[in-house]
Amino acid sequence: MHGFVQNLGRTALNFFAALGHVSLFSIMAIRWIFTPPYYWQQLLRQIIDIGYYSLPVVGLTTLFSGMVLALQSYTGFARFSAEDTVATVVVLSVTRELGPVLAGLMVAGRIGASMAAEIGTMRVTDQIDALETLSTRPMQYLVAPRLLAGTICLPFLVLVGDVIGVFGGYLVGVYRLGFNPSVYLARTLEYLEVSDVTLGLIKAAVFGFLIALMGCYHGYHSGHGAQGVGRATTNAVVSASILILIANYVVTTIFFGG
Amino acid sequence: MPAVPKIELAGVAKSFDANHVLKGVNLTVAPRESLVIIGTSGCGKSVLMKCLNGLIRPDTGSVKIEGKEVLDQGRAALEDLRQRFGMTFQFGALFDSLPIWENITFRLRHQQALSKAAARDIAAQTITQLGLAPSVIDQYPAELSGGMQKRVALARAIVDEPEILLFDEPTSGLDPITGGVIDRLIIDARKRLGATTVTISHDMASVRRIADKVAMLHNGVIIWAGSAANMSESGVPEVHQFVHGLSEGPLTNNWTIDQAGA
Repeated sequence: MHGFVQNLGRTALNFFAALGHVSLFSIMAIRWIFTPPYYWQQLLRQIIDIGYYSLPVVGLTTLFSGMVLALQSYTGFARFSAEDTVATVVVLSVTRELGPVLAGLMVAGRIGASMAAEIGTMRVTDQIDALETLSTRPMQYLVAPRLLAGTICLPFLVLVGDVIGVFGGYLVGVYRLGFNPSVYLARTLEYLEVSDVTLGLIKAAVFGFLIALMGCYHGYHSGHGAQGVGRATTNAVVSASILILIANYVVTTIFFGG
Repeated sequence: MPAVPKIELAGVAKSFDANHVLKGVNLTVAPRESLVIIGTSGCGKSVLMKCLNGLIRPDTGSVKIEGKEVLDQGRAALEDLRQRFGMTFQFGALFDSLPIWENITFRLRHQQALSKAAARDIAAQTITQLGLAPSVIDQYPAELSGGMQKRVALARAIVDEPEILLFDEPTSGLDPITGGVIDRLIIDARKRLGATTVTISHDMASVRRIADKVAMLHNGVIIWAGSAANMSESGVPEVHQFVHGLSEGPLTNNWTIDQAGA
């Protein structure tokens, strides 16, 4: 019993210590985003890497999710003769929930891992120390542009993902389930509000920040050698994915007013 | 009145958890002097070097550059101070994602807003001085051999003509001929810049070529310091064993005890 309490206490202390570290790290990084000099080339590189090269994976994920959603909701709603709400369900689900969460999780796997591996490798090969010797602040040069790029790019990715996901639902609705195309489109737009889309985009910005934060944090504090970088990469993806799901609930709760 | 040492360390101690790496290092380096620090692997030479330019903050002690305390300085002052240093790392630490010309002119580009064309010219000139073809500047570090990477790292360290040069094992992993070439480049660069240099090396041939003064770090302290010519007659058993590369002696005995206790 004594050992159990001791372990529980140690785990709790480690958790709060890690939380404190991450909070300080993010505060410092945010401060460097707004402090000159600005590394525009780094920012542009990250925007291309996150925003452009993630488009195929986000597009495919949301396309098939929209298609499956149309099929599944049709199956359910047909049981109480509410098939004509399929288009509305697809568009609301994709814009409010599936678009941001699926895009966030896919980008966490792709970008969170790549950031942690790149910065972790720089740490273990002394490149971060080399930056310091060249009078460059690693937080400002490496971390700040990534955080900014993540926060900017994910809403755009989600916006594109929303359109593709809704299009996936449209394809299934019209060509598989036999909906009239113009009726399906009218149903799609009928109950959609601007706030549905903006909620998804706000979530996306939060997720983008968290993905970049976890990638940079775990890479920056990577252990020695290939094993250390590997562990940092795994931790970045796992922690970003969990934080996305937690943040998803928190943001949804805030905008639902509790 | 004696000249102020360029670098002065007094009682520098640094621990990582229970591992007491440096236990009170005292060392001085005169202006334009070439000091080489020797010692067994893992004895704390790289930690000591990183204390010189503030990459690692000692737990206690004093680090002075031209009589001015480094450890009292704020971040901005430390960044200014680092501009007086050039440093190469054991494994090069070149930036993988940047071509060679950007690696070499990294500080110039970011501190002085140098144009791309001017930066490429400077990189080509510097790399030519170090015996590489100017076309190398468009390659990436991973495309170069170990010896070429060492030269590029040297180019990055000397390009803005620093007063103090720090070299962490500049010839490690190189064949003797390439190692000799790197030593010659270090000597040439030091003479041309009039720089003070601190080098870490295990390579005794290299030590004899580049050192004015040699210091041996062992068990967290400097156990001997003297001229390179006097290394063989130091009278210190550890130095004797290290310099002659003997398998039997106090360094090996310590190692055996440590391993057994581990």
